Amino acid sequence: MSIWEYANPKKFMDTTAPAVPWLFWGSLIALAVGLIWGFFLTPNAENFQSTVKIIYLHVPAALMAINAWFMMLVTSIIWLVRRHHVSALAAKAAAPVGLVMTVIALITGAIWGQPMWGTWWAWDPRLTSFLILFLFYLGYLALWEAISEPDTAADLTSVLCIVGSVFAVLSRYAVNFWNQGLHQGASLSLDKEENVADVYYIPLLVCIAAFVLLFVALVLMRTGTEIRVRRMRALEARAERGAARA
Amino acid sequence: MIALLVRDLRLAVRAGGGFGLGLAFFLIVVVLVPFGVGAETSVLSRIAPGILWVAALLAALLSLDRIFALDFEDGSLPLLATSPLPLEGVALAKGVAHWVTTGLPLTLAAPLLGVLLNMEGPAYPWLLASLALGTPALSMIGAFCAALTVGLRRGGLLMSLLVLPLYVPTLIFGAEVVRRGAMGMAVGTPLLMLGGITFGCVALLPFASAAALRVNLR
Repeated sequence: MSIWEYANPKKFMDTTAPAVPWLFWGSLIALAVGLIWGFFLTPNAENFQSTVKIIYLHVPAALMAINAWFMMLVTSIIWLVRRHHVSALAAKAAAPVGLVMTVIALITGAIWGQPMWGTWWAWDPRLTSFLILFLFYLGYLALWEAISEPDTAADLTSVLCIVGSVFAVLSRYAVNFWNQGLHQGASLSLDKEENVADVYYIPLLVCIAAFVLLFVALVLMRTGTEIRVRRMRALEARAERGAARA
Repeated sequence: MIALLVRDLRLAVRAGGGFGLGLAFFLIVVVLVPFGVGAETSVLSRIAPGILWVAALLAALLSLDRIFALDFEDGSLPLLATSPLPLEGVALAKGVAHWVTTGLPLTLAAPLLGVLLNMEGPAYPWLLASLALGTPALSMIGAFCAALTVGLRRGGLLMSLLVLPLYVPTLIFGAEVVRRGAMGMAVGTPLLMLGGITFGCVALLPFASAAALRVNLR
């Protein structure tokens, strides 16, 4: 019994397909609990009024946007090293989910920023690095779309993902440096981790759990879809060959 | 490797047209900026370092798809892949050739265009230094993305989408050096970071480029 058994698409599908509905329900329940708790049962923060409540969407989405890329990095490396197709397909399946998470984080951040900072957008290090992450997702997805040969596409996107990860981390710190160097601590950014009081902490954790479950469910489902698409193509190709022979 | 470098340089200078094209593009972008933002010299001199760096970056981008595409089309890339020179060496030589034909002329032309934008006096040596130190990274990153997209018919557009996010750290530190130079501040830190990025790119990216080329030549 090892994790590599799930490199077999059949085994992977048989195991994950029944789990997906459970994950979705778990995510839904956790999201409902976390959001209702967070929206109605916690007090308004002193200097945020009710705007603080968007934190329950903003932070989990931002967290998953980064984790999705990290997961893609891991699965890309597994694909390059061990050539397990499911791994490459999982990376492909996670990218759009990560992209959407990035967009959610950016949009909720803008909605939050408007009343708090008086602006929808500021070239703050955190915001800027998320915008760059968004561009990385776009490029990664575009490369998948552009290459028709599936194995070539998997190889090239994996290489891009690895190089991109290095540059994403580099950009993160470069952007930090850039802003501090320029605007000498305009410090629009609030250090969320340190600011969150205990009252908000537990519903936030519940929401994060909900997003994690949602992400896992979506990725498993999308990977299953990719596997089915791959099978369908193989069947079509076989049928065509059969027709040509007849 | 040197023979390959010389061959690429000769091709670029004689037949390519990419040699002068990048420079002309650089000039045009810089000339267009005052039309866009107005001709106030104070504004121009403040944004000059950033404009010059962004323009140089775009000009470098322009000729990236030639790095491998021409050799891929006429079949010399598979030959290079089977030659005794490792593909990593080919990727490195190609990146260096791109730098000599694009990054180096851009670096030399940049101070001239700085005059057009009323750049502050103390910034000139730092503009030269930062471009000289930073453009090799642009070429190596570009060679990597060119290797990724070499098999595609319409790779050019896709490549700009892949390349530009990777250029962000280089651009940040490069423009920061010039900006600080213009304000008379210490430039050591960003200059060192820029050098680190460049040398890291030169040392490591040929391996990634070669991996991508191998996949594309399969």
